[in-house]
Amino acid sequence: MLILECPYCGVTGEETEFHGGGEAHIKRFGPGSSDADFETYLFMRENPKGVHFERWRHVNGCGKWFHAARCTMTLEVFGTYSAQTFEPPKEIKDAISAKRPGWSWREFS
Amino acid sequence: MSELRSALAGAVFDGIAKVQEAGLCGMIAFRGDLSATKVKNAVTGVTGVDMPGQRGCNVGGDNGLAWMSPDELLIMVEHDKAELVLETLAKGLKNQHYMAENVSDARAVFTVTGKHAAEVIAKLAPVDMSTFSVGEIRRTRLAQVPAAFWMHGENAYTVVCFRSAADYMFGILSMAAQEGSEVGVFG
Repeated sequence: MLILECPYCGVTGEETEFHGGGEAHIKRFGPGSSDADFETYLFMRENPKGVHFERWRHVNGCGKWFHAARCTMTLEVFGTYSAQTFEPPKEIKDAISAKRPGWSWREFS
Repeated sequence: MSELRSALAGAVFDGIAKVQEAGLCGMIAFRGDLSATKVKNAVTGVTGVDMPGQRGCNVGGDNGLAWMSPDELLIMVEHDKAELVLETLAKGLKNQHYMAENVSDARAVFTVTGKHAAEVIAKLAPVDMSTFSVGEIRRTRLAQVPAAFWMHGENAYTVVCFRSAADYMFGILSMAAQEGSEVGVFG
């Protein structure tokens, strides 16, 4: 079971209080984009064994969306951070690097 | 005007803790910039309690302020004062962006009191009750429905949920408070 900390209300809660919202940091390609870009945006997802970034919602709580960095294999949560960002903040990347040296995920590492 | 009734008309269950439907309570869902001085003055003005910090809940008598999220407060007042309070807020918050809605009749309120009250809550919510204290509010779920609770005194909890889930809430609280079902984890 995942133990997540909501960065908005500071509650450390377990998985059932939250709801997963799929992969994080997906760049939207809308009207006017090429079919290939649109297809990538809609369907292409990472499925890593190890470091992964996801969106979560504190659904039985403050109701806010946030980001979480975790390991899909050990269920270890490296950290959670605000949804108002396009990439993981430095402290999250550092926390992952400390535990999983040489990690990479999409364009982040 | 039609007769005002709370969800379960003061239903009571006595077990290892006393579960009681608390009757009509005035509640206003308030959204806005909680750091704005104008907002702080307006909401503390209508309730007479201090502005709560993160996850804080300040209650005095029928009045209270509970921190629901970084941009949301629950304003508690007497049931028949809620509409009046909305008007007062509107006057005090001219030219300030905010949203306030009287949700009094959309909620059901319960009190859980007694030596094992914390245990009753702990059986239903994914919350560490050993570190929970007065002045704190927790929005979470109780069994399968969203709810919020805070302590209004020693071994005394107030639970708020949607009125539509009142019957379910009373059922699960009573079930958790059944005679002989104490676990004894909180001493």
